[in-house]
Amino acid sequence: MSSGQRAEFKNPVVSWIDERLPVFSMMQKEYGVFPTPRNFNYFWNFGAIAMVMLITMIVSGIVLAMHYTPHADHAFSSVERIMRDVNWGWMIRYIHMNGASFFFIAVYIHIFRGIYYGSYKKPRELLWILGVIIYLLMMATAFMGYTLPWSQMGGWAATVISGFFTAIPVVGDMIQTLLLGGFSVDNPTLNRFFSLHYLLPFLIFAVVFLHVWALHVSGSNNPLGIDVKGPQDTLPFHPYYTMKDTFGLGVFLLLYVIVTFFFPNIFAHPDHFVEYNPMVTPPHIVPEWYFLPFYAVLRGLTFGVNPYIGLSLFALIVVMAPVYCGADKKTGLCSIICVVGRKYAVLLLAIAAVAFALGYLSQVEKATGGALISLPLSNLVFVNAKLAGVLAMFGSVILLVFLPWLDTHPVRSARFRPLFKTATLLLAIDFVILGYVGMETADAALFGVIPLLWIGQLGTGYYFAYFLMLLPWLSRNEKAQPLPASINEAVLKA
Amino acid sequence: MSAHIANSDSEDGQTRRDFLLLTAGAFGAVGAGCFAWPFIDSLNPAADTLAMSTVEVDLTPIQEGQAITVKWRGKPVFVRHRTAAEIEQARAVKVEELRDRESDADRVKKDQWLIMVGVCTHLGCVPLGQKETDPKGDFGGWFCPCHGSHYDTSGRIRKGPAPKNLSVPEYSFISDTLVKVG
Ligand code: HEM
Ligand code: FES
Repeated sequence: MSSGQRAEFKNPVVSWIDERLPVFSMMQKEYGVFPTPRNFNYFWNFGAIAMVMLITMIVSGIVLAMHYTPHADHAFSSVERIMRDVNWGWMIRYIHMNGASFFFIAVYIHIFRGIYYGSYKKPRELLWILGVIIYLLMMATAFMGYTLPWSQMGGWAATVISGFFTAIPVVGDMIQTLLLGGFSVDNPTLNRFFSLHYLLPFLIFAVVFLHVWALHVSGSNNPLGIDVKGPQDTLPFHPYYTMKDTFGLGVFLLLYVIVTFFFPNIFAHPDHFVEYNPMVTPPHIVPEWYFLPFYAVLRGLTFGVNPYIGLSLFALIVVMAPVYCGADKKTGLCSIICVVGRKYAVLLLAIAAVAFALGYLSQVEKATGGALISLPLSNLVFVNAKLAGVLAMFGSVILLVFLPWLDTHPVRSARFRPLFKTATLLLAIDFVILGYVGMETADAALFGVIPLLWIGQLGTGYYFAYFLMLLPWLSRNEKAQPLPASINEAVLKA
Repeated sequence: MSAHIANSDSEDGQTRRDFLLLTAGAFGAVGAGCFAWPFIDSLNPAADTLAMSTVEVDLTPIQEGQAITVKWRGKPVFVRHRTAAEIEQARAVKVEELRDRESDADRVKKDQWLIMVGVCTHLGCVPLGQKETDPKGDFGGWFCPCHGSHYDTSGRIRKGPAPKNLSVPEYSFISDTLVKVG
């Protein structure tokens, strides 16, 4: 990495080691003098905060594992023993339990920062993808950790989430059995989840290392989204950003500690303190809060893909073709579709809307059974509602991987793109609304009249439209405001 | 002589080397697969998990209109003593209107005894409806609280996200009042 240029060290021991293994040179280069844009705001604190949270989780987790028993007959009582009898056990568990929540808070803000300031764009695509991989691994880790206390919520979360795989045609049930090691969530499941829950955080650690490495190759983005042009645009990482990060971390940890000590169960649910019973599902099961928006997407798909929904999707693809393919491609089938898409855009959008409405209504069930409206072929469902829900849910996460190629606008920061800015802020609101919908029961209604299901469906629609339609369209059509000549100039003007 | 060998090497040695590389690669891949399989398969249900238990259920204490839940292979099995009205209701439905087309007669061995695995075919929750006080959904059978699937008095999916009817396990009547599940 940095074995080329070595720094000078006064301390002879340090110098002796550094000549043989230049770790001190590396730290000096990557964290000491590392040139960092001088205009960071507090959004740039959350990477360091997430790192501290990862270490907190690993330290508290290793100690918990020393007291925990991964067996279906003993897991619940061993966690109760940690809470009541083990010295400081209650504190260590609450640190771990709430640490997971605060880790996710930090990571969600970190991801939003990346989207808002266009940090996923060239040359940081791989850096972004490594980040998405970390996020996926975190979700897997947290999900498996949640089953370890062998509670009603955890056990049933494992049942429902492993049930996602049964949506896969033909081999789905086999996959679920393989994952669970049996026909239901039982001791074999608990054992392997414990093993993986111990392993994955260290994998995350390794990917974080690659993530930071990639960051130090391309350098940090900044709130203006423009490239660093010279030394006048940067500050050495130490002491400027070590200080700023420490301050932000202090504020964050303060909030974390307040919750851990004064409201330790604020993110938990009563059924998480009842032992798992494979014969009775709690009346209202919800995942942990950080999965709720995706849970709302899963539940929002109460309909599958029949010929009408299929037609609607096809019309949308044709409308989007000129945006995806590029206007300049002049050969082949693609160009014909592009011409059609451009010429008949309004008509196609109308077709998409009507076909969608018909496809949707023909799959809404009346209370007496049968569909609300019956149309020819509407029963011909290619992708049933269950599979559609699971695909949409996984899709809504995986979409993030493709973000650098969905938004190809040359300007990074939302500051200079008013339309992108509005759409992205709406996405953040949408995400929170979806989370609210995911938290409520499936048949809940807003003010007792508007079914939350509809709100969840609209929210799901916006989520996908943002990534698959708005971003590509804006990439081609949004005129950005003039950019400042350099970071330095913008800072001096302010 | 040596020039001759070198020559022939550069002419057809190219393809020979490709062949060697490809076969070595293919054998390597197959070997890695063979090596991985025991590890993957070890995650499948072990012999003791598979040693499929059967349960015998005594039907005498179950009054008409009542239901009990027994555990089989770690899963709940619903045993319901249906009333004449419930059977009537299940038989009145037009099979073509159903999502998962099965007639009530195909789902039972004796009309009054409905026996099925109590696991929602959506994502695996246990539907409510066994107890007198439970919600039974819009069709008087079972209601899955997780994502709102409604099952009728034959355990068939009628509304909500589940794709299939509650499954009927293998079972046999040992006598009029004794059933063996599994
Ligand atoms: C990415 C980092 C990690 C995350 C997001 C995470 C998440 C979680 C969550 C959500 C729980 C359930 C807490 C509860 O409800 O009680 C849990 C439990 C547990 N975790 Fe972790 N964990 C992480 C790292 C680790 C590590 C590295 C270890 C061990 C080396 C570990 C060991 C345990 C143990 C033994 C439990 C069960 C005891 C308990 O429930 O408090 N965790 N984890
Ligand atoms: S598990 Fe029953 S409706 Fe989803």
